Amino acid sequence: MTADPVSAAVTIPSELGEAHALQARIEDGLHACGYTDHDVFAIKLALEEALVNAIKHGNQMDPDKQVRVEYRITADRFDVRIADEGPGFNPSDVPDPTEPGNIERPCGRGLLLIRGFMSSVEYHGCGNVVTMSKLRNGHPGGDE
Amino acid sequence: MASQPARRRRLEVEDIGDIAVVQFVDKKILDEQNIQMIGDDLFRLVDELGRRKVLLNFANVEFMSSAALGKLITLHRKLQAVQGKLILCKIAKEILDVFKITKLDKILEIKPDEQSGLQAF
Repeated sequence: MTADPVSAAVTIPSELGEAHALQARIEDGLHACGYTDHDVFAIKLALEEALVNAIKHGNQMDPDKQVRVEYRITADRFDVRIADEGPGFNPSDVPDPTEPGNIERPCGRGLLLIRGFMSSVEYHGCGNVVTMSKLRNGHPGGDE
Repeated sequence: MASQPARRRRLEVEDIGDIAVVQFVDKKILDEQNIQMIGDDLFRLVDELGRRKVLLNFANVEFMSSAALGKLITLHRKLQAVQGKLILCKIAKEILDVFKITKLDKILEIKPDEQSGLQAF
């Protein structure tokens, strides 16, 4: 049994509590569509990293700036677009945290985790918009 | 009077011989303020309480983002600086992927369970 596709467009203020409430709503939608715990974890982690980046690094926690989140959950895939009001950034300028010289740096791993857990990730415009997709590869009732 | 953020317990520490076995109270290690406090409590074990062998048991942890990784790396460095040792154990499969993707499984010692973690010191 599979639930109907879910689409939503939400604008949230630059507050991590709001981001977590939205993540919980998306998580409920993923479970309703029968996504496995493994896929839900991957999507939750990518959302956490991308929303923290948008709120902290993009909008600099500015309460006057907002984050626009558009997402769609279908039986086969999850797609999300996250846009902040910051100046953007060039992902290729972010140092590779797996390089020996960077491996012990305490930060800078969010983008790497997003790429590792999602099927595709793209930055747009000046870098203040990210789109991510996760193809569903589990089966309802099984976690592998 | 200004209210203080609740200073609730975030870690359970049990001494087994000279090894501090640390369990996380929270299922989700998220939120900068929370992670800051967890980091402070972990660093206090080394800096103030003089522990040199620390086993972090992740059995309770269901979700953890990259923000927590920095604290683990700093704890690892602190222990290395005093000839101590940090070992992690009982990490859920999905969270283990976080360590593998970031290649931190190459610099942090990870054991499947508490017993093998205790034996690795």
